[in-house]
Amino acid sequence: MKLILILLVLSSLVALPHQRTPTTKVGDRHRVSIHFSLQVDEQPLTLDSLRYTNRFGERYALSSLAFYVSNVRLLRGEQAAYAIPQDSSYFLIRAADRPSQTLSLPQVPPGTYTGVEFIVGVDSLRSVSDISHRTGVLDPTEVTEEDGAMYWEWNSGYIFLKMEGYSPQAPLDPSGRRSFQYHIGGFGGYDEPGLNNLKRVRVLFPRALTVGKGAVPQVNLAVNLNQVFDGPNPIRLSRTPSIMFSPASKQVADNYATMFSLQSIQNQ
Amino acid sequence: MKKILFYCFGLIGTLMLLAQTCQTTKPPQPAPTVTVIGPPIPLAVPANFPQPRLDTSLKITAAGVALGRVLFYDGDLSSNRQIACATCHQQANAFTHHGHRLSHGVDDRLSRRNAPPIQNLVWAKNFFWDGGVHHLDFTPLTALRDTAEMNSDIEAIRFKLEHSRIDYNGMFDKAYGTREITSQRLLRALTQFMSQLVSASSRYDRYSRGEDTTLLTKQEKEGLQLFRSKCSQCHQGELFTDYSFRNNGLAATRKREELEFGMTEEQKVRLLATRDEGRYRVTLNKKDRYKFRVPSLRNVQYTGPYMHDGRFTVLAQVLRHYATGIEDSPTLDPRLRKGKKLGIPMTDDEQKKIIAFLKTLSDPEFMKDPRYADPRLTRYSKL
Ligand code: HEC
Ligand code: HEC
Repeated sequence: MKLILILLVLSSLVALPHQRTPTTKVGDRHRVSIHFSLQVDEQPLTLDSLRYTNRFGERYALSSLAFYVSNVRLLRGEQAAYAIPQDSSYFLIRAADRPSQTLSLPQVPPGTYTGVEFIVGVDSLRSVSDISHRTGVLDPTEVTEEDGAMYWEWNSGYIFLKMEGYSPQAPLDPSGRRSFQYHIGGFGGYDEPGLNNLKRVRVLFPRALTVGKGAVPQVNLAVNLNQVFDGPNPIRLSRTPSIMFSPASKQVADNYATMFSLQSIQNQ
Repeated sequence: MKKILFYCFGLIGTLMLLAQTCQTTKPPQPAPTVTVIGPPIPLAVPANFPQPRLDTSLKITAAGVALGRVLFYDGDLSSNRQIACATCHQQANAFTHHGHRLSHGVDDRLSRRNAPPIQNLVWAKNFFWDGGVHHLDFTPLTALRDTAEMNSDIEAIRFKLEHSRIDYNGMFDKAYGTREITSQRLLRALTQFMSQLVSASSRYDRYSRGEDTTLLTKQEKEGLQLFRSKCSQCHQGELFTDYSFRNNGLAATRKREELEFGMTEEQKVRLLATRDEGRYRVTLNKKDRYKFRVPSLRNVQYTGPYMHDGRFTVLAQVLRHYATGIEDSPTLDPRLRKGKKLGIPMTDDEQKKIIAFLKTLSDPEFMKDPRYADPRLTRYSKL
């Protein structure tokens, strides 16, 4: 009897790794979550609070913020990567919607990962596909109360990042407010080369992340929104309070491409 | 979704948090597909036309077209329930907004421009006067947002359609196999309907296909020859456009008299102060300033007023523009410049002949075709 038990245990020990190694079947896949921690210079972001200052000493508050993240890949060293299946790889991160700030990647194969890569925005292929591929966050008719539409219907394309707010240093707008608004998009043009603000961002992990030991790892990325002003192309909101589909938007996009960094990796 | 929202708000006082999550969480199951069911209707390509461009994956069905047609004529797509697609795109005028220089919407985005005809769109390379839209599926979005004063998110539209006297859920079911109304399905249905709007039965077409060569008068035939030598470099081929973007020499400053009668003073001031930069808005390339898409001239007799801003009311003005009205600018099309001379040299008689020819592009069958007409007796019966 005892022998049989021991044999059973032994055989299952042998069988287990045997089953796992050849392919990564669905059952072998694991959830990894990536949290975007919205901040301004290490302070958690609070909307509508006039407590932030850029390098020019301009004080500002953010009233809304949203940006697209797509084509997420978990890196395995320099060469290899696991790409999230295309149709599940579009996310809209919104300051007004906490759950949207955590991406849940349910099907990650076991292994060790050295970083994460993604596009801020919506890639050009999806930006020109027909309507059947525009579901969920890509629905061009979707309008939220806080962020409005994330789509330019007159110049087909997504607004990759939308940041609005106010500042005592901003000039008066026609409605008498000192507001600023940056609506940045441009996937590179459809039939002719055009404005391209697609930014690929790569964040490396100092120590490899191991997926597949029962835990649900969470990667916390810090998003320092002050970089929108203080990135490589410093922007004075007193001078350019409104930047939309225009050449100036490139500077904003270069700036926000630098706002991501690794904060921590947790195993939950 | 609407129901869930409703319950959320019911609990609101105490459960703000819950309301927020309900509002923002999307249902986890995959969205209903836009794949139409039933036997496909093949697109009949007129013998004198090139191959269509719209992606061949688009399957057209009778139920899809029927749904698109009802939607096209339904004011419920707008917030005030008054403005349908067909308000600005009227069949009797080849689906343009006849007599309106600039099509009125609620916001001024659409009202900056003259509504183009909806015809032969499966051959189009690009959409809108500046080519800002690349796929037919997305052409209704500007109108949906503008006419609704920014309110027409899909939730609002779906709510109205679900409570309509028309059995929309049933129609969506017939077209797509389930009753759900989604924005993807709605836009695809409009595409289905619009893909059917083919105008190819003008006198010119029957002449061109060799069906009846006696159909054009001597004057019209002379007009055709003149047109081929003077206009068809841009208004090319059987569609009378090459879908390129060009500056055809319209004067930079508009005259106050050219603006529409019913406009408010504020609208007038704004329009006179700003100049539509056309293709530049899309490419941000300086060489594209003031270029607009070459329009097709099919049914041009009925699509007036003319040009992107509707500045000319009759064809004679258009011809006079090409003959003597061209204004020079850095992006003026080289075809409209011969050395120091601007414009296309034409005598009055030649202009008349060209106009006579342009009228042979009229297709009354298309504009009376009952398959494209308002499916209901009274348009706004629900008001
Ligand atoms: C308020 C008037 C108005 C309404 C309502 C309207 N449109 Fe339009 N439509 C226009 C104008 C103006 C344009 C040209 C816009 C531009 O070039 O910037 C246009 C362009 C189009 C085009 C592109 C045609 C081409 O050749 O490029 C299509 C297709 C179209 N509309 C379909 C629709 C549909 C479908 C609806 C209903 C959902 C609709 N429109 C409602 C005014 C309107
Ligand atoms: C250099 C290219 C070019 C040539 C040559 C040309 N056109 Fe055009 N045409 C255009 C463009 C571009 C537009 C639209 C301009 C705009 O709206 O800003 C246009 C608009 C028109 C329109 C208005 C159509 C509408 O629906 O609003 C008519 C009519 C027209 N052209 C007739 C002619 C005739 C007749 C000739 C020959 C005498 C001619 N065109 C020669 C480029 C050209």
